[in-house]
Amino acid sequence: MKKSIQLEDLDCANCAAKFENAVAAIDGVQRVTVSFMAQKMILEAPDDRFDEILKQVVKTAKKVVPDCTVILK
Amino acid sequence: MTRKQKKLLLRILIACGLFAAVFVTEKLTDLNRFVYLGLYLIPYLTAGYDVLLKSARNISKGQVFDEMFLMAVATIGALVIGEYPESVFVMVFFQTGELFQNVAVGKSRRSISGLMDLRPDIATVVKDGIEEEVLPEEVCVGDTLLVRPGEKIPVDGVVSRGVSTVDTAALTGESVPADVGPGDALISGTVNMTGTLYYTASKEYGESTAAKILELVENSSMNKAKSEQFLTRFAKYYTPTVVIGAALLALIPSLITGDWKDWVYRALIFLVVSCPCALVISVPLSFFGGIGGASSKGILIKGANYLEALADVKTAVFDKTGTLTTGSFTVTDVAPAEGFTKEQVLSLAACAEYYSDHPIALSVKQAAGDCDAPSDTKVLSGYGIEAKTAQGAVLAGNAALMKERGIAFTETTKTGTAVYVAVEDRFAGSIVINDTLKPRAAEAVKALKALGVTKTVMLTGDREAAAEKAAKDAGVDEFHAGLLPQGKVEIVDALCKAEGKRETLLFAGDGINDAPVLTRADIGVAMGGLGSDAAIEAADAVIMDDDPAKIPLAVAIARRTKRIVRENVIFALGVKFAVLILAALGLTNMWVGVFADVGVAVLAILNAMRTLKAPGGGK
Repeated sequence: MKKSIQLEDLDCANCAAKFENAVAAIDGVQRVTVSFMAQKMILEAPDDRFDEILKQVVKTAKKVVPDCTVILK
Repeated sequence: MTRKQKKLLLRILIACGLFAAVFVTEKLTDLNRFVYLGLYLIPYLTAGYDVLLKSARNISKGQVFDEMFLMAVATIGALVIGEYPESVFVMVFFQTGELFQNVAVGKSRRSISGLMDLRPDIATVVKDGIEEEVLPEEVCVGDTLLVRPGEKIPVDGVVSRGVSTVDTAALTGESVPADVGPGDALISGTVNMTGTLYYTASKEYGESTAAKILELVENSSMNKAKSEQFLTRFAKYYTPTVVIGAALLALIPSLITGDWKDWVYRALIFLVVSCPCALVISVPLSFFGGIGGASSKGILIKGANYLEALADVKTAVFDKTGTLTTGSFTVTDVAPAEGFTKEQVLSLAACAEYYSDHPIALSVKQAAGDCDAPSDTKVLSGYGIEAKTAQGAVLAGNAALMKERGIAFTETTKTGTAVYVAVEDRFAGSIVINDTLKPRAAEAVKALKALGVTKTVMLTGDREAAAEKAAKDAGVDEFHAGLLPQGKVEIVDALCKAEGKRETLLFAGDGINDAPVLTRADIGVAMGGLGSDAAIEAADAVIMDDDPAKIPLAVAIARRTKRIVRENVIFALGVKFAVLILAALGLTNMWVGVFADVGVAVLAILNAMRTLKAPGGGK
């Protein structure tokens, strides 16, 4: 499944890159791109594990980019 | 500015005022240095308390090479070795840079959505004579909608009542009003100008042109350019390397010489320039701006990687029909075989092509007038059409079709596209159709050559003679005629393989029949994307109207963007390395260091924002 996720207050471009690397390292993530300009993340992960991986992503965000909020709809 | 930004600005201004006051006091009085430290701490904390808090929080989470943390270490270090004014200045300047970056990025984000002024705010649905305003997302297929003059068309649809003109400027970059009346298609994102229109929604908002284009432009920053990937990778190593360099610089020479203060000071300058933000931000910002600037001209580019490839175009390949030529054909000659009249030949061909929307078929049907529907038709890709009609089995197509079926026929000598017609395997005659070159086709080819494109090639399924004429008129170097779709792919494939490093091939076609070629080329450009979802899907870049002069414009925008990116990278890296060397040699101070960090970021951002303005003037 591929999902576009809105990010809020992703303040610096380097943080976006760091965040991207950190999310890519999560087990199960097939592909991820974080766009600083669009303030968006496109996450690709297997359907059956998506929710679990998304939780990991939020956790990673808290650690790597504490100012940024991952908006889960 | 947002509230957060305003608050930061206020803090910076207060800190500046306090800093100046303390600085003057220090010059005029002679007190204990701890008194001055206390005084300097006031502006320092005013400007940077959040930097200290954030760095403490980040370090507790194991983020060692965090820019906030490094800035905190650098400034606290400066306070420890007694460089109070430097420390405060670095903090204030750093925050100013952060604020500026924030504002600049927000501004360019907004101006791009402003350029793409497509998003409809509201839709008026008419149900049982009652008008109701709803969000465009709530419109269902089949709903009747009302658009008044000056309003944006919210979703794609077909006019049911009313006459008006619509302005497509937001989509195509050119303000060419088009007349619409009942039965005409309406494209979302265009603006209704003169009359009130009632129309039936044919697509939901999410599937409509405006939403698709907006999504495409927004997501274009997901396709990252090579130079951007290079920089993020570079940044990953740059910061730790500089920080380790700083640690070594603070320790080793100090142990040898014993002059701790001097060497620690030099190391602190290292920390100040260790943040790679200027580089990392200016590159995607430039590409984002370039893509935004291009879309305001009616050129959609699907990603920074494609923009980068566009800048290196050395070979430009065009499809003939619909790209270089108008694609609206007229019958210029009919040569009946013995026993047939001109009218018969036209009518047979028109019958066979009854269901076809191909431009050639349309022109034949127009010349022939009314005819009966055939009972069965079969499209023979690359050859023509076979149909069962009241007159018998009709074949209409190119010379290859006649040869393949073993039908004796007379080849026409007239220039143009020939359609040979046979009925019950007997040759009936030929029809010659001519296509006219687009007014700006020759200009576009010339402009591409001026931009350094070394090879221009035209491909077509048409006959040699028709192709030769169009190729000569357009001024392309090379042409290949009589090609089947597969043949086009093979030629493009061969041309791609012949390219050198850092040379790319552009293919421009109408996007409907060319999908495999669009995919094979380094950059596939679809022409006339307005209203054609297939073209938007298949291509890497889409030209919304069908003006070939937009192709060189796209290349020019890409070149300019790439040049700005290169300027930024060289400038930012150059200044940082220069400051690192000077700092190691003890030839510079912290004021210069913070300029190399924040000042360079600001200049790079300002430079990057130039990309928003597409070259060639205009709006």
